[in-house]
Amino acid sequence: MSEFSVIGKSIAMVDAAGKTTGAGKYTDDFSLPGMLVGKILHSPYPHALIRSIDTSRARALEGMVAVVTGDDAPNQYGILPVGHDETALAVGKVRYVGDNVACVAAVSEDVAEQALELINVEYEPLPAYFDPEESMKAERDLIHENRPNNIEKDYHHVFGDPEKGFADADYVAEARYIANEVTHAAMEPHSTLASFEIDPHTGKQGRLTVWSSTQVPYYLQHKLSLVLELPMSQIRVIKPLVGGGFGGKSEIIPLEIIAAVAARAAKAPVKITYTREEVFWAHRGRPRTIIDLKTGVKNDGRVTSVACKVIQDGGAYCSYGIVTILYSGALLGALYDIPNIRYDGFRVLTNKPACGAMRGHGTVNVRFAFESQMDEIAAKLNLDPAAVRRINLLKPPTVTVNGLRVLSYGLPECIDQVITRSAWRKRRGTLPKGRGLGMACSHYVSGAANSIIRSDMPHSTVNIKIDRDGGVVVYTGASEIGQGSDTMIAQVVAEVLGCSLSRLKVIAADTDLTPIDLGSYSSRVTFMAGNAALRAAEDVKKNIVSAAARRMNCAPEDVEIRDDRVSKRGTSPIESFAVRPETEAASGHVDGQILRGSVLQTRKDDAARDYMSFEEAVVAAIDVHGGLTGTGSYAPPVEARGGKHKGAGVGPSPAYSYSAQVAEVSVDEDTGEVTVHKIWAAHDCGRALNPVAVEGQVIGSVWMGLGQALQEEMVWKDGLLMNPGLLEYRSPSSVESPEIECVIVESIDPEGPFGAKEAGEGSLAATIPAISNAIYDAVGVRLREAPFTPERVLAALRAKRGMKRIEMTEGVDPTQPKKFREHGGSLWFRGKGPERHPADPARRGVAAGGVE
Amino acid sequence: MKKELIELRVNGRAHELAAQPNSLLLDVLRQDLDLTGSKRGCDDSSCGACTVQVDGVPMLACTMLAASYQGCEITTVEGISEGGGLAALQKAYGDFGGSQCGYCTPGFMMTVRWLLANNPDPSEAEIREALSSNLCRCTGYSQMYQAIRAVIEAEQQRMEQELVGAKHS
Repeated sequence: MSEFSVIGKSIAMVDAAGKTTGAGKYTDDFSLPGMLVGKILHSPYPHALIRSIDTSRARALEGMVAVVTGDDAPNQYGILPVGHDETALAVGKVRYVGDNVACVAAVSEDVAEQALELINVEYEPLPAYFDPEESMKAERDLIHENRPNNIEKDYHHVFGDPEKGFADADYVAEARYIANEVTHAAMEPHSTLASFEIDPHTGKQGRLTVWSSTQVPYYLQHKLSLVLELPMSQIRVIKPLVGGGFGGKSEIIPLEIIAAVAARAAKAPVKITYTREEVFWAHRGRPRTIIDLKTGVKNDGRVTSVACKVIQDGGAYCSYGIVTILYSGALLGALYDIPNIRYDGFRVLTNKPACGAMRGHGTVNVRFAFESQMDEIAAKLNLDPAAVRRINLLKPPTVTVNGLRVLSYGLPECIDQVITRSAWRKRRGTLPKGRGLGMACSHYVSGAANSIIRSDMPHSTVNIKIDRDGGVVVYTGASEIGQGSDTMIAQVVAEVLGCSLSRLKVIAADTDLTPIDLGSYSSRVTFMAGNAALRAAEDVKKNIVSAAARRMNCAPEDVEIRDDRVSKRGTSPIESFAVRPETEAASGHVDGQILRGSVLQTRKDDAARDYMSFEEAVVAAIDVHGGLTGTGSYAPPVEARGGKHKGAGVGPSPAYSYSAQVAEVSVDEDTGEVTVHKIWAAHDCGRALNPVAVEGQVIGSVWMGLGQALQEEMVWKDGLLMNPGLLEYRSPSSVESPEIECVIVESIDPEGPFGAKEAGEGSLAATIPAISNAIYDAVGVRLREAPFTPERVLAALRAKRGMKRIEMTEGVDPTQPKKFREHGGSLWFRGKGPERHPADPARRGVAAGGVE
Repeated sequence: MKKELIELRVNGRAHELAAQPNSLLLDVLRQDLDLTGSKRGCDDSSCGACTVQVDGVPMLACTMLAASYQGCEITTVEGISEGGGLAALQKAYGDFGGSQCGYCTPGFMMTVRWLLANNPDPSEAEIREALSSNLCRCTGYSQMYQAIRAVIEAEQQRMEQELVGAKHS
């Protein structure tokens, strides 16, 4: 008999049927009587002052109900308390093409679109900044007046003695790496429906209910309160099914506030659903990142010191930027044992949509650089890339030089697994020409140990209610976004209570009903909401156990509940239930169970007994306690909250997941096309509560990393996004997606719920360097700029052979990237688009009539 | 634009409704008939989330004029469940993790259903090619292949048993 009844088994998600039948409701599937359609007017300028907005013609249109502008809700907000730099709609100034200027609410989409055409906005263009290294030099026409040199934030960390570390090194590798910008492109476009109720006492507009595609309902409630100047208790946020997030819904997206502002003005429910193009403008994806990385090693590959300078092209608003730039530095630690680290991080503002959190937040691009450099070092020192990683392993339990506590550490086994499965030793170096193997590792937090809003409140709380019917209702603020959050909570509670999963009903992410939970981001749900659920279940279980113990005439410690059966320890479950058909307990056929009172029951149950059904134990407990509820909450332990330096709050986590991967690729040397044949991915998730879901998360992460490695890229020209569509963005289709073999490694974390840790993000970061390292193994070119498109691979191959460069991508050498390109594909936009300020850097080339 | 009366047959039932000549089939399904299972993921037939079947052939409802499909048999995801329960494909997608956030799932259901109806034993390449009309951002497609393979194997076993049963009777 296995240790567990419910967890550790592959089961379908509790909401799977709703998804496969179409019955499940996402935000855009809801409508309310009298509901209006909201449409947003976006800025055509990357940086401009708003001189005037004339809405009179729009207001005169039949069917147009309300039009709102920045002045209707001027309070500033932002996901980070230190980054309140956004307003619902632009106040006085626009900062990127696509910035939000006005919103109309009308009876139909047609009318709303017509109304947008009738709004007249007078702009005064300002110089715009698109390249972060240029932007950092700015002294006037700043994007935000309180951010000198357009630098959102810079950090300079020194841990250990980096200079001494480099002096001790036998070899020092140094290079610049660039990872271009990518976005989440979740299948569901953002959608929000906002509706006010009339207050019965004042007779005026009162409570607000918002249905929204969000990963963070409680943050949304908080920011709505801030902008609308409404108490949080008057705002209810409901998260229906969410069609994917990946971080793109983990903060407040403008439409969520705008819909509420419009509903307030229109005095009617308003729904706004982004078009796919608007989703690209809303963005909040992974910023383009320049990484100048220097690693010192001994001849055996042992790392002595790392120096890393990171510049992130953050876009026009802070968003999660400060957290992103801190993660980039902090997560240099906790994967390998690095004794000395110097980190300089710059988060820079540019006139493009804001970047935010995306799967593997902050760590992915730096990990690409680091793991590539490890491979370069291995090649230089003639070492096996796997050996270089093994010699640098941590020895947990430990606290890293930058203050990260590591307890469980499955990385060694992950490396062993992928090496064995890919036949690394036998096959590497013996593959045909143009084919190669590459390896890389990565890790990620299981939730941030410090919340965005510094406070002592628990990060997750779960309530449980059990009634006489034997049904278990779990209330959690954790946000199901497709990752299996509801299913995980149900499994944990069922396992602790010893009842079957079919008894469980999860009510999630409704701020009126569910206790506060920070939401679904930084891979925190399994660890934190899972632990809260575990504690809530234990809380309620102790009442069931004490009532059952009394009935069974034994000590509470001797009561066992498993598979819906309550029995006395020592009595074999089979014996206990021999007289009771199994179906009776399992299917809930207990006569009169709901109303059965103590009179009948007392007579029936006077005799001491060795077993009870789950319902009987529940009824007994309710008779004793008057009700059966439990609460559990989780806050990370103090020891896991990191060091004391400035910025130490980001990076610490109660546990880290680990991943090792091997990619097999072939490169067409004539076209530069890279084909990935297979990826072996081993992921240490602590304990797999639902293996099929863990595999889905790992494979999905690897696949998303594959997209960033080979083809996904946001292509910009003069601040205009050149590929704002799913076809143009080129997310991999089924024909481009290789086989991904997932191996689950279970390190059983001492603090995770049943030992579980993160599974949904950590694998992504290893995929990009695993592929670039495999390309090097295949054809001997080192690509230091992602994605590795055919143009870039071909340019690198030609450069290696000393051939003339093909001017397809503005001539930047992908093996030695120097600067950002404003343009990365075959599209060309010079001199087109809206009129620009004469001093706009994007115009310089045109004015001179030459190339920038 | 003035609305006109049109008649659509959806999931075996006839619906008479008023629609503008430029109304898209997806909007009519979602807004007028409340069949919200078909999703809008893009606006230009690049993602496949709105896939429905018209006379058995998968088509993208986001770029089809509703009025042009009068007299056709339109099937949406709401019309594929069997006997009030999950069809084998729906069950397998749940069991094997073929659906995560689920937003693309209705579209995949319609595409795969067509594939299996026309090619009961497709090769892996044929499955990949068929699925390439639909985008998914969660799964990397891997677990979908497992689900589809399981459906095919179950169907083959069922047919073999029927054959054995027929011999014995």
